[in-house]
Amino acid sequence: MAQISTRPRSFQEIILRLQTYWAGQGCAIMQPYDMEVGAGTFHPATTLRSLGSRPWAAAYVQPSRRPTDGRYGENPNRLQHYYQYQVLIKPSPPDLQALYLGSLEAIGIDMTLHDIRFVEDDWESPTLGAWGLGWEVWCDGMEVSQFTYFQQVGGHDCKPVSGELTYGIERLAMYVLGIDHVMEMPFNDPDAPIALSYGDVFRQTEEEYSRFNFDTADTERLLRHFEDAEAECEAILSQPAIDPKTGKRIVMAHPAYDQCIKASHLFNLLDARGVISVTERQAYIGRVRALAKTCADAFVQTGAGGYAAESGSAA
Amino acid sequence: MPDLLLELFSEEIPARMQARAAEDLKKLVTDGLVEAGLTYAGAGAFHTPRRLTLTLEGLSLESPTVVETRKGPRADAPQKALDGFLRSTGLTKDQLELKDDKKGQVYHARIEKPGRPAEEILAEVIPAVIRNFPWPKSMRWGAGSLRWVRPLHSILCILTDQAGARPVPFEIDGIEAGDTTHGHRFMAPDAFSVTSFDDYAAKLKTARVILSADERAAQIWNDATNMAFASGLEVVEDKGLLAEVAGLVEWPVVLKGEIGAAFLDLPPEVLQTSMKEHQKFFSVKNPATGRIERFVTVANIETADHGATILAGNGKVLAARLSDAKFFWENDLRTLREKGLEGMAAGLSEVTFHRKLGSQADRVARIEALAREIAPLVGAKPDLAAEAAKVCKADLQSEMVGEFPELQGLMGRYYAQAAGHDDGVPEACEDHYKPLGPGDAVPSAPVSVAVALADKIDTLCGFWAIDEKPTGSKDPYALRRAALGVIRLVLGNGLRVKLRDIFIAGQVGNLDALARVADITKLADDWQQTTTADLLAFLHDRLKVHLRGEGIRHDVIDACLAMEGNDDLTLLVKRAEALSAFLKTDDGENLVQGYKRAANILTQAEDKDGVEYRFGADVKFVDTAEEKALFAALDQAEAAANPALEAEDFPAAMRAMAALRPAVDAFFEAVQVNAENDILRRNRLNLLHGITATCEKIADLSRLEA
Repeated sequence: MAQISTRPRSFQEIILRLQTYWAGQGCAIMQPYDMEVGAGTFHPATTLRSLGSRPWAAAYVQPSRRPTDGRYGENPNRLQHYYQYQVLIKPSPPDLQALYLGSLEAIGIDMTLHDIRFVEDDWESPTLGAWGLGWEVWCDGMEVSQFTYFQQVGGHDCKPVSGELTYGIERLAMYVLGIDHVMEMPFNDPDAPIALSYGDVFRQTEEEYSRFNFDTADTERLLRHFEDAEAECEAILSQPAIDPKTGKRIVMAHPAYDQCIKASHLFNLLDARGVISVTERQAYIGRVRALAKTCADAFVQTGAGGYAAESGSAA
Repeated sequence: MPDLLLELFSEEIPARMQARAAEDLKKLVTDGLVEAGLTYAGAGAFHTPRRLTLTLEGLSLESPTVVETRKGPRADAPQKALDGFLRSTGLTKDQLELKDDKKGQVYHARIEKPGRPAEEILAEVIPAVIRNFPWPKSMRWGAGSLRWVRPLHSILCILTDQAGARPVPFEIDGIEAGDTTHGHRFMAPDAFSVTSFDDYAAKLKTARVILSADERAAQIWNDATNMAFASGLEVVEDKGLLAEVAGLVEWPVVLKGEIGAAFLDLPPEVLQTSMKEHQKFFSVKNPATGRIERFVTVANIETADHGATILAGNGKVLAARLSDAKFFWENDLRTLREKGLEGMAAGLSEVTFHRKLGSQADRVARIEALAREIAPLVGAKPDLAAEAAKVCKADLQSEMVGEFPELQGLMGRYYAQAAGHDDGVPEACEDHYKPLGPGDAVPSAPVSVAVALADKIDTLCGFWAIDEKPTGSKDPYALRRAALGVIRLVLGNGLRVKLRDIFIAGQVGNLDALARVADITKLADDWQQTTTADLLAFLHDRLKVHLRGEGIRHDVIDACLAMEGNDDLTLLVKRAEALSAFLKTDDGENLVQGYKRAANILTQAEDKDGVEYRFGADVKFVDTAEEKALFAALDQAEAAANPALEAEDFPAAMRAMAALRPAVDAFFEAVQVNAENDILRRNRLNLLHGITATCEKIADLSRLEA
């Protein structure tokens, strides 16, 4: 992919270049998951597909929500809603570092002018029961990506190992475009008849959600929703594998995992409302992790998770 | 004798693991080779972010032939036994030797293990080392099962002698060892082959890789200091950072940048911490103003624009970070203006210190009460010590410390100053955590000492009250460090304090906390005594370790610990140091021998008679000249020793008692202690007691080993 190292002109162009680049590397370009998540890793295309033996290669943009990071759109770098670009390839190819560097070139980072470094950063997600080893990638002293070789997800050893790349797109784009405040970043082409900045698109929502997340979200209702999601997840997975209506073996790993995602986001909201004490925090994280683990257990009992029925019909 | 070159080339190895890994590689490979019978003349290990390298000089070509003789069955043993022996040795019957033994003729096998070529041994040892390498954390990648710190890409392994280089053939998880490697990731990524270590190091340098971490560090330091010097500035030394940065680059390129003027008023420590922790920057100081004015960053690449782009990027990241720091600093100052330091500290009541010991605010209240009690003992004004204690943890609630926890204490000082505190209070906010480790400085300002002692003693008394003491290697609340802190504060300042009393005061503060989790009416009557005694014993254990480190024998310490007033650590150490030094002199020998002779006879007699001879001897029952002389000598010695002891002049007291030795010796020479006449005998034993009792005012000399 010898993309011309011209500088992109907008936020969306950077996303489009990443999509084109990773499509060119053979990844399935997927769409964002249609639920509120804290990071691209939560998308089932990463969490669940990193489990089991089946090869996988996917790339996608994932809108991510971190309620505690809301700053009413005023902070130049912090947002409660932002985008991550996520790549997951299983098994991790031997030239993954080179492929990654290729993606930086594709968005206009000239490797002969910049200082790219792989700095130790071990990744762990207590809520997903997952960990891996890798780096944060620095470009001229700025962290531009997270690069991880998954070792365990949902308490399961990853065999084979997936390579995961996560780009914080706003920050990367601001650097490439030379923008100091995220709200001033061109979202579409600055010469377009209707040129829109990031602020035109998101300043108001940042304000609205900041107020909601910090002061308005009804904590009792959130707590109830959390408990409902937890109960629903457990109820789904307590169903027998054989569907009584169709007679087929249908393990409902994904619907159960949706409830796990919900519980995780509700926990983040409760956290932002400041109603979770230090000791309770660990307990909540443990509850979400328990859900993630049962979902992972269920997924490896499905075809996509590498389960082969004794009859040999499913593989 | 060939030389070996081994390079393990991987994706980026964490900086903190590299040096240890290079040493481990050297040790494990050389151990394995030596065990297999090879020898070598010298070894060297190197590391960069992407490679571990080992070179061995003068490796033997093969292992020596080993001959082993094994004893088998007797000549008349059943055929089965002989067959078994032949099978296990791989020999035939006519290759065996019959030798005479006590029990008759016995078969012996002579087994010759031929030497093996070095290549063969290397091809076994190196893969085994790689498979079992002791990384602190390792991982798998792709579909393989090999574990390494990060994916391992290639292995270079060659033997070089006059005839040239030859690869050592082996393979591990699909990686074939060869004679090639790669240069710098961006500046010279192509593969090249090498023929020897010198060739390797030279070609790497051409390919923009400096193999030696020391050389990289030296170059970084040299370039950085030169650059700073040129503008009349100096680089703030930081050996840890230098080693880390040398582990992040293969080709260091030092760049110097400006810190925005808006940030120069931040406390220098804030600039330094922010730059070091997040960016791995060195701070550059203006020696005239003491301010941090520039930074030095180390890139891993030479660029056509001489680092201009890199520096601009780094400067931008720094500005964003420092904007955060400035924002926190200004918010904190606003809080101080509006609510004062106590206002900042208010949130501490929401922070749990320990489930059973209450919140941080509860703890601060205890420290305040205790600091007030300790203050007069350390020469501080009680009100000032209490004032300092009240605000000493306020900075934990500041935004700055929330972001940079390592600045706790230091921000406390700045904020106490900003809030108008004075008279040693700001310094106490900073220094009350100290000393943090054996190498950390001990505060000496009285207010700081009072709060530092109160902080540590409250911690100790609290955890002793809830019975959460350190066990074995487990010390989650760092109580050993707190105890050593108390010891060093007392000794370092020559404090004369009775720790038992302070412990009791500290304990009272923690009884409230204890009452919340236990029924304190059920505590044993002597709970307070046993708990403080146990805590004092814990301190004494730490003190023993500390004194042994200073070369004082454990029996000398025990002899002093057995004395009254052993909770006065300064007195205790003064005594121990004096005794330790005195025992190394001739007079010390005299003191101990004189004491022992007297004590031995006395103890034997007391054991035999079942009574203690503790009455003053009376000179009127004296019968011999030697006895009379000893009486006189003892009077003289006591006359000198007692006032010396009163004045804690232990050397003088010991010299006085040591002077008794000739009189004691002459006495035992001439006088039969166990005389027929019971009055004479008792008087003599009482005389001996006079000697031992005075000696024992110095230290319990009975605890000294021969």
